[in-house]
Amino acid sequence: MNTVLNSKIPGGPVADKWDSYKADMKLVNPNNKRKFKVLVVGSGLAGASAAATLAELGYDVEVFTFHDSPRRAHSIAAQGGINAAKNYRGDGDSIHRLFYDTIKGGDFRAREGNVHRLAQVSVNIIDQMVAQGVPFAREYGGLLDTRSFGGAQLQRTFYARGQTGQQLLLGAYQQLARQIGLGTVKLWNRVELVDVVNVDGRCAGIVTRDLVTGEVRSHAGHATVLATGGYGNVFFLSTNAMACNVTAAWRAHRKGAYFANPCYTQIHPTCIPQSDDTQSKLTLMSESLRNDGRVWVPKNAGDDRAPHLIPEDERDYYLERLYPSFGNLAPRDISSRAAKRAVDSGRGVGPLKNGVYLDFSAAIGRLGQHVVAERYGNLFEMYERITGENPYDVPMRIYPATHYTMGGLWVDYELMTTIPGLYAAGEANFSDHGANRLGASALMQGLADGYFVLPYTIGNYLAPMLNQPIPGTDHPAFRQAEQEVRDRFQRYTSIGGKRSPDWFHRELGKIIWNQCGMERTAEGLQQALSDLPSLYHEFQTDLRVTGDGNSLNQTLEKAGRVDDFFQLGMLMCRDALERNESCGGHFRSEYQDDEGEAARDDENFAHVAAWEWSGDPMTANRHKEELEFETIHLAKRSYK
Amino acid sequence: MSNHLDNLTLKIWRQSGPTDGGHFETYTIARISDEASFLEMLDVLNEQLIGEGKEAIVFDHDCREGICGTCSLMIDGQAHGPQRGTATCQLHMRKFKSGDTIVIEPWRATAFPIVKDLMVDRSALDRIVEAGGFITATTGGAPDANIIPIPKPVADAAMDAAECIGCGACVAACPNGAANLFTSAKVSHLNLLPQGQAERWSRVEAMVETMDDHFGSCTNHGECEAACPKSISIDFIALMNRDFRKAKVRNRKLISQA
Repeated sequence: MNTVLNSKIPGGPVADKWDSYKADMKLVNPNNKRKFKVLVVGSGLAGASAAATLAELGYDVEVFTFHDSPRRAHSIAAQGGINAAKNYRGDGDSIHRLFYDTIKGGDFRAREGNVHRLAQVSVNIIDQMVAQGVPFAREYGGLLDTRSFGGAQLQRTFYARGQTGQQLLLGAYQQLARQIGLGTVKLWNRVELVDVVNVDGRCAGIVTRDLVTGEVRSHAGHATVLATGGYGNVFFLSTNAMACNVTAAWRAHRKGAYFANPCYTQIHPTCIPQSDDTQSKLTLMSESLRNDGRVWVPKNAGDDRAPHLIPEDERDYYLERLYPSFGNLAPRDISSRAAKRAVDSGRGVGPLKNGVYLDFSAAIGRLGQHVVAERYGNLFEMYERITGENPYDVPMRIYPATHYTMGGLWVDYELMTTIPGLYAAGEANFSDHGANRLGASALMQGLADGYFVLPYTIGNYLAPMLNQPIPGTDHPAFRQAEQEVRDRFQRYTSIGGKRSPDWFHRELGKIIWNQCGMERTAEGLQQALSDLPSLYHEFQTDLRVTGDGNSLNQTLEKAGRVDDFFQLGMLMCRDALERNESCGGHFRSEYQDDEGEAARDDENFAHVAAWEWSGDPMTANRHKEELEFETIHLAKRSYK
Repeated sequence: MSNHLDNLTLKIWRQSGPTDGGHFETYTIARISDEASFLEMLDVLNEQLIGEGKEAIVFDHDCREGICGTCSLMIDGQAHGPQRGTATCQLHMRKFKSGDTIVIEPWRATAFPIVKDLMVDRSALDRIVEAGGFITATTGGAPDANIIPIPKPVADAAMDAAECIGCGACVAACPNGAANLFTSAKVSHLNLLPQGQAERWSRVEAMVETMDDHFGSCTNHGECEAACPKSISIDFIALMNRDFRKAKVRNRKLISQA
């Protein structure tokens, strides 16, 4: 059942690959660019930067977002920072080191070629964003400040208070807004992708549903970019925004785009623990807090004393104890599992015993409250608003939560999916983070894809298509896809069952979290694979959507998204079950070493699993792309 | 430990579309945890309504972390509700008490037509940014990021302005429906920075004039600052006004030299 997945990575030394690609790629004459229409779905970092740059180059660009404004995309919520190999601190950083840290951070499950390119363009990203007016934090001398993040032993993370994602997104959004104002980009807002259309073996465009009017409409283009984010909301409770969903990627998957490594999901160690059953989402507390906060639990299970009454020698600073060289800045997957084990051992803190402490008292003593406030003030305020507790006085309580998905649509070196003409960028693709993403690397990847990769690689695809007609929206394939969409949304409203989409979503999330969350077992995954189809059947027969499809109906929108989450959830569990090893965020209890660390199986699993749609996620076909490590020696990933 | 609130009465604006007249409907929530956020309380109500076979209440929301600016709501006549410096999504039920009656309306402003129920169309804010709220910096042509040192106080002031989340509370709170706080935040963010100087005067002129096409005029009530979930200062309005007046002179000069 194996097929040839051609990743199209250029030959030669890893440091020369991107340059040699650019030297060989085909170009489109500036005057011809306007003859090509590029559809960009999503307006986060990857989508907005790609759309703005493509329009600047002269392409005819249309952008689609389900938000009211492109500025709302969830990139905006990223807090801590963005990595770049600038070495402004002279602490020994380099492109090679960022490349190495990213490969190692991903537990040796990412492609060398893509990751090296990412490290190379990281330096351009900072230049570009500063030129656009992103107000990064600065030293008193006026130069850019940086800080540390998990999985790195140097300070390469640029930041804008605790709102780096917001500032970078506004930077990209402003560039997009400029193009919209110039008339080079057409914006479709409050419009959701509901299908992808192929004609003659290439992506011919998309079908959208207008969320305000319910109108189903086709859009034809020469190339289509999906920059539609990750699928963390399959867990129901996650740090993702409420509207984040897998629909665009999933609909593309159903039309032939392979879905890679769906089981690689990231559980972020520092989120505010769940407080009750009505909770709709979990809130992240930036990883940057671990620069100055110390993570601990009481040494003894059942120690109910208030934190300040627990003496130093009865506290277990478990990250510092287990991982002395990285300490509180151990990578996310490792920190999360350590927190889970602390709580599972009965040493959890807080009213529900479901958290660990993140304590700033040492930092406040050392630096003074004003310095801590300057670094993290807005995060402390947010924590207080949500929990009613003041973290300057009492330690924060944190617990891991789903945050990011490394898996996504399979793409080659050019970020093209297995459907020619269909690209995936940012979190929507799988390419750069392997089995675990390092902090402050998501923003880097989104902007790298949008600003510095797609604008080149799309031209290479389009150049040979000059003056060749493409199928219009009157093509029967579009007509058929539109009808299927209308029928599907009609079906959701006419089932007439008893349960709301949210009810099903919550139940789905519980299964995925329990069986395909921080620790997975073959037994649990098999249980999930027997529970999910029956719950999905219930969804299809007992769903209740009130209202109709002809005006704005958020219940109906949700139904479509939950439908796709169900199918993805099954694929995730299958992928996790097939991957008989532990790596990064994918931890199978059966595969661990004597110290409880992830035990990889490089002999059998140093590959990307790319799934092909077969009509049912339970029977999807698994294909492999072998990962070749020419530069980096495969090693045990140690942060001790 | 979490506590509960009992017997909440909600008077919520329902409107089927932009042309419908709209009306208040009254709902009750028998019990809710004080740990729930305000929007989670509305989630609970919507689940209740779907259970009764009724259409759920439409409201805008997304990140629920106070950063995306999607959520809105006039709560008891206050934009984003009673807690200062807090977006609706970060408002928690512990700020209310059992037996309360809470009135929930959409943003009310001519520039923000109602889409449905509590959801409004704020795209006029995007028009202002499209007019000039950017620095023209073509991808790939940027010099090294450290080539222009920016004094920390300047970078900090630009960041203070740039924190605006574009929610539109300033417009909703303003008796004139003016967008001066929003516009001035964007203008100031870019006009304070060295990178923004090349387009400083054209930017402020284009943005203010586009603002005037859509929104009412500022008469210095200051309600905007009080309602702003990011507590953005109205000092930025003064900065924008100063730059706008200067631009009117300078831009004319530049044109006459051309």
